[in-house]
Order: sequence, then C-alpha cells, then structure tokens
Amino acid sequence: MKRKKYFNNGKLTIAGRNIFWGYLFILPWIIGFLVFTVFPFVFSIYLSLNNINFNIDGIQTKFVGLQYYKYAFQVDTEFPLNFTSSIINIVLSVPLVVIFSLIISIILNKNFKARGIFRAIFFLPVIIISGPVVSELMSNNASKIVDPSRYFIYKFIATLPKSINTPFLYIFDNLVLILWFSGVQILFFLAGLQKISNDIYEAASIDGANSWVTFWKITLPIIKPFILVNAVYTIVDLASFPNNVINTSITNHMFDIDKVYSYSASLSWIYFIAVLAIIGVTFFLLREREPRRTLNR
Amino acid sequence: MKNVNLEKTIAYTRKHYVNILSKTIIYALLIGIGYAYLYPLFFMISSSLMSIDDLVSPIVSWIPRSIYLDNYEIAWKVLDANKALFQSIFMAGLPAILQTVATALVGYGLARFEFPLKKLWLFLVVATFLIPAQVTVIPKYMLFDRLKIVGTPLASFLPAIAGQGIKSSIFVLMFYNFFKMMPKAFDEAAEIDGAGSLQIFFRIALPTAVPAIVVAFIFSFVWYWNETYISGLFFGDKIRTLPLKLRDFVSQYQSMYPTEDGSTENRINEGIRMAGTFITILPLLIMYLVLQKQFVESIEKSGITGE
Repeated sequence: MKRKKYFNNGKLTIAGRNIFWGYLFILPWIIGFLVFTVFPFVFSIYLSLNNINFNIDGIQTKFVGLQYYKYAFQVDTEFPLNFTSSIINIVLSVPLVVIFSLIISIILNKNFKARGIFRAIFFLPVIIISGPVVSELMSNNASKIVDPSRYFIYKFIATLPKSINTPFLYIFDNLVLILWFSGVQILFFLAGLQKISNDIYEAASIDGANSWVTFWKITLPIIKPFILVNAVYTIVDLASFPNNVINTSITNHMFDIDKVYSYSASLSWIYFIAVLAIIGVTFFLLREREPRRTLNR
Repeated sequence: MKNVNLEKTIAYTRKHYVNILSKTIIYALLIGIGYAYLYPLFFMISSSLMSIDDLVSPIVSWIPRSIYLDNYEIAWKVLDANKALFQSIFMAGLPAILQTVATALVGYGLARFEFPLKKLWLFLVVATFLIPAQVTVIPKYMLFDRLKIVGTPLASFLPAIAGQGIKSSIFVLMFYNFFKMMPKAFDEAAEIDGAGSLQIFFRIALPTAVPAIVVAFIFSFVWYWNETYISGLFFGDKIRTLPLKLRDFVSQYQSMYPTEDGSTENRINEGIRMAGTFITILPLLIMYLVLQKQFVESIEKSGITGE
C-alpha cells in the first residue's frame, strides 16, 4: 500500500487539505462531544458508584460500589413501581405509535382533496407538545376524548385477568396521547413512502395484486428501515419526556442530603440500561435479514 | 359482442363503487383521527372561555353562553406573561440559531471532506442520540455550577454552540445527507476560481442549503421552546419561560389568589388553567399557522431521510 502524501514542498496536498478542513469543520462538535457528552456520561457512572460528601474541606468521595443500585430496588419504595410503570409504558406505546403513524402516513400518501389540511392537523402536536402542556391537558381530562369506561367493550375487557387486559385498557386510556406522540414519525414515514415510485405499484396491479398484497409485498419491505428508525426515535422520545415519572424522580433525588447526586446518577443509569435493552431488542426484531439481501443481488 | 360490452360496464361500475367506498373509508378515518388530534385543542379553547357558571352547568358542553375573557386576564398575570413571553422567545430563538449553525458546520465537514476516522465520528453522532438527557444531566449541572453559569442563558447556549443541543444528532445527519447530495462539481468550479474552503461553505453550500436550514431552525426553536426538563434545573428561578411558568401554574395561582376563608370565589378552575395552557402554546400556534407549509413539506425537501 502506498502511503498518502499529505505534504508536498511544505504545502498541503489535496488529501492533506481534506483532513485539515474536515477536522476544522467538525472540531466544535468534537469539543462539545467530549465536554458535554463523554465527560458527563463517564462521570455519572463514577457518581453512581461513589458517595459524595460536601464539607468545609471540600468535596470528599468514597467508593461504595453498587450500593445505590441495590438501594433503588431494595429500600426505595417508589422507584421499583415507577420503574416498571415507565418501562411498561414505553414497551406498550412504541408499537402503537409506530403502527398508528404508519397507517396515517399511508393514508396521507394517497391522493385526495384537502390532503394539506389533514397533514397540517396531524403534525400539530409536534409543535405544541411539552411536558407542562401535556400534564395540564391530562389533569383537566382534555386528553380523554371519550370516557371509554362507559362502553361495553371496555367493561368486558376490564373483567378479564389483569395480565391480559392491561395492554388493551392502556390503549383505550391513552389513545389521544399515543396519537399526539406520532407527528415526527408520520413525517419520516411519508418521506419514505414518497420514494417508492408509482411504477412499482402499477406493475403490481397489472399483475393482479390487490392493495392488501401490495402493502405486504412492496410497501412494507421498502419502508422497513424507516420502521426501525421510527421505533428508536419513539423509544428515545418517550424515555426522555419530562412527564416520565423516572425523570422527575431523578431530579427530585438530586439533592438528597445523605446521597447528593449519587443516587440520582444510579437511578439514571438503571433507567438508561433498561432503555438501551429495549432499543437492542427493537434492533434485533427489525434487523435487516441477510438472506433476503443476497437474493436480490 | 354485447356480452363483452356488458361485462365491461359491470366491471367499470364495480370499480367505480369500490373507488367511492375506499374514498369514504379514507375520509371517515381521516376525520375520526383528525378529531382525536384536535379534541384537546377545542377543549382548551372552549373551556378557557367559560365562566364558572358555564363550566359547572350541565347544559353547556362546548359553546359557552357568553364569551368570558377574565380567565385569560388572570392566567396572563399568573404566568407573568409580559416577561415570560419575551424570555421564551429569546431562550428558544438564540439556541436555535446557534444549534443550526453548529450542526450545519459538522454536517458539511462530514459530508464534503475525506479524513481518517470519519466513520467513527458519524457513528458517534448517531450514538449520542441514544443517550437520554437524564443520564448526563447531573454531571452537566455540576460542571455548570462550577463554571457559575447555572441560572444564566449560557447553560443552554454553550451546548448548542458545540453541537450538543436538543436532538442535535438529527440535524447533523440531516445536513450530512443534504450536503452529500449536493453535486461536487459546484465546489470544484469554485475551487478552480480560487475560492477557499470557508468561502465555498459560506458562498455556495449555505445558500443552497436554505431548506435544510429552515427545517433545523424551526424544529430547534420548537424543541427549545417546549423543553422544560433540563431548563427547569439549569435555569432555577432566574429564567422562567412560559412552559416553565405553566408547570408551576397551580401553585403560583394559589399564592397569588389565596383562599383561606374556604370561599369558592378564588378557587382555581379548569377555565383558568386551560387559558394558561392556551397562552403558552399560542405563540407556537401562530408560528405554525404562518409556516405550516414549510413545516410539513420541508422534511421531504431537506433530505433528512437520505438519498
């Protein structure tokens, strides 16, 4: 292999200039990445494993190992409950958000009158959704569009064993919120759908495929990478939403006198690992399967 | 001959009816879902215009008997909106500009230059998106506390300048994709004419990237406006944006209009709370009405989804 020349007669060659300017452009990001992402990321692990003590002599730290992690599950009475409810929320909401936004975007991609108006409406929540607004709406019952408990089907499901009915009741109770969280996802899907050229659909319909078949055989395989992107986006979005009980408990515990910063840090790490696990499972479920790719080639 | 014609007409009318049916289903779905989207908004506007009598009256469900604006007057005072509105615009606008510039630079650098470890940096850009804010928030707070910038706008500006603002990875990737699609011939021509890399960036790349810049700015603005988790911690009591004020709306109201004697006159009601919520989202709503087309169409133009 020939080594590239970066200098020639004391002047930068094209390859050298590329490196110089490339790194100059991304330098602010690298610095920011190190200062505002890598350092806090690593330091929060350190915090979670140490006891921090502020006194007259300054800050003293004492290594305590996984004590705070154990404390979270064994002593803290609130955290295990909040933790499971947050995780269940995410696990139940993500598929719903993704499926809803896929359906809506497929409808919006069709040609019909007043498409622009509907697009504008479905995208509205992205603009106005924020923690306080959502909690105001929820505490004033504005997010419960219909009182589902009045309907027979709801009552029927409610009589089923708890392990079966929880997801269904969840959907009924949170329908509006689930819809409100799918704005950006709809846009992603729409952008993906618009890349599928009409010729493919025409060819399929000449071959006698109906829209059911074209959805499973054409739309879904092409849109699949977008499903993964949207699922990950939704997980991260929901996990970091300020109304999430875990997130509020992290900030609430920050200044606990006997365990300043440390306990919050370990809570955030427990939560982060759980979220990462969910993302990992999502990747595994929605991964691109190799054999199909080789077939295409 | 006739038979064929008949068959053709039958097929045609069948297709016609299927078409009408599918159109009806689509519109029914759209209107149903659209209603679910708009319901909270209608609810907000309607109950914010109701007096207490209308709110508790079983006859009045949507349309108040008379337009009652006192709720807005009270909510405006509780939110301290004269001050909070200005602070909100400032604390959303400036970081949005900084974030847009920073992410455009990084996206351009990654897209247009060949250098070692480029793949790694791209990977790290994506990876940072997966780290939720709550993991890094405590050390960041300690760092900003040490730098004495807690409670100042800098706590939000500095990460934005360094490309670590709210959801910045998305914008970096968007600019990366956008500049990647830009034909190389442009800068080669400019280079032959003697333009330097910076000149090419400012004179050629940025002007062609206007759609992406608009998207990045608008989305950053909205996300910074609505952000309360980090800013609630970093700004303390010093900077109070409208959403932060809304978060403490009830307690703020109670301290301004105490009800010691137990009378119902001063008690908070949903009319006032909904008025407060509506004031908080109104600036964004107006912006959305004006820029609606850009919002919805820009993502496609900006090439956020790649080639």
